[in-house]
Amino acid sequence: MSKVKVARKSTRIDMTAMSDVTVLLLTFFMLTSTFVKKEPVQVTIPGSVSEIKIPDVNVLSILIDPTGKVFMSMDKQGDMINTLDSVGNHYGITFTNIEKEKFKKLSTFGVPIKSLQAFLALKGDEQDKVLANYGIPTDSIDNQFKVWVQKARVNNPAFRIAIKADAKTPYKVIKDVMTSLQDLRENRYNLITSLKNETANN
Amino acid sequence: MSEIQTNDTGGKKKGGHSKQKKISVFVDFTPMVDMNMLLITFFMLCTSLSKPQTMEISMPSNDKNLKKDDMPPVKASQAITLVLSGGDSLFYYTGVPDYKDYNSLKLSSYGADGIRAFLLKRNTEAVIKINLLKEKKAQLKISPAEYTKQVSEIKGGKNTPVVIIKAADKANYKNLIDALDEMQICNIGKYVIDKITPGELFLIKNYQTKGELSRTAANAANAANAPSN
Repeated sequence: MSKVKVARKSTRIDMTAMSDVTVLLLTFFMLTSTFVKKEPVQVTIPGSVSEIKIPDVNVLSILIDPTGKVFMSMDKQGDMINTLDSVGNHYGITFTNIEKEKFKKLSTFGVPIKSLQAFLALKGDEQDKVLANYGIPTDSIDNQFKVWVQKARVNNPAFRIAIKADAKTPYKVIKDVMTSLQDLRENRYNLITSLKNETANN
Repeated sequence: MSEIQTNDTGGKKKGGHSKQKKISVFVDFTPMVDMNMLLITFFMLCTSLSKPQTMEISMPSNDKNLKKDDMPPVKASQAITLVLSGGDSLFYYTGVPDYKDYNSLKLSSYGADGIRAFLLKRNTEAVIKINLLKEKKAQLKISPAEYTKQVSEIKGGKNTPVVIIKAADKANYKNLIDALDEMQICNIGKYVIDKITPGELFLIKNYQTKGELSRTAANAANAANAPSN
């Protein structure tokens, strides 16, 4: 009996082409995308036909969730510290350097000033858990939101205010925020929306 | 492909033939691909490709020191007031509301068949002009800068309608954005977001009860007038 000879074939696949493709894809993703910010609450933004893009820098974004909690974020850490300082001064609270360091690393903040120090003392993942329960007070008696915006504006006059709110947010909350901004003479701001295709012709 | 052939011509030898050394270097790219794939996955999950759009709005100043002269009155024939009452419908009235007639308030809806049709009809002139401009821009007859300039001129024209958007507390953010969106679609340049007044709330209630309120008010007025006669 003769043995059946199995021809030995090399199973080596040339991965160079594959590598080329993946590197290309990677470059594409790195150049075109922006990192998603960690947000304490999920919001679904309403759609609009507006095609103006939001600026990259100097954005003071205000996040409003469906239950009316207000959060804020800034894109520069230096602004975060300066604003915290001035807001602290306003309320007579001095923040330690450790607290400031922790504060500047927050992607989004929104804690009543009284509980801010206790909040900053928490660990990172615990902060994420409790942040959704807080929110900056916007009511007329204790309008801390107004103070935050005012101090942020003083520290960085180039700020553009952008409001990002959930589609189901009651208008009452939006109105509160808008009147606060109006009181500060912040009459021009942006409303963040997602793209919707509709034209007058259809 | 990933083989590198190094041809070593080991120099010219006197008289003898030249020897060629062939070294093949095969680089295995599999780990590289693995790593790239991982990175791609990371970028796909952690980043967003599209930047969100924004709508730029400018609110009126509520400065107490503003003089009457700074606030030009709006012609009643040009004014359209949208009352966002929540849900999927909205009310509108033109000019000065007639509190006695519940039909002065019209019920409408968001979207193409509702308020948009009405606004486009009121703003036909500007819409036609802007569409012409858009065509010109598409054919590269005018520059984008010129286009924006002319559009804002048309939008600020004398006979364009002025829309006042008033939202009730029951309305939600989406309603507001939809209403603002219609302003963009219908090329309305002059619009403002204002606070709702008790008058508008009365109008809505009156509409929902089909004039019940205005009738009782009229009856009460009549009853008050009757004894004096």
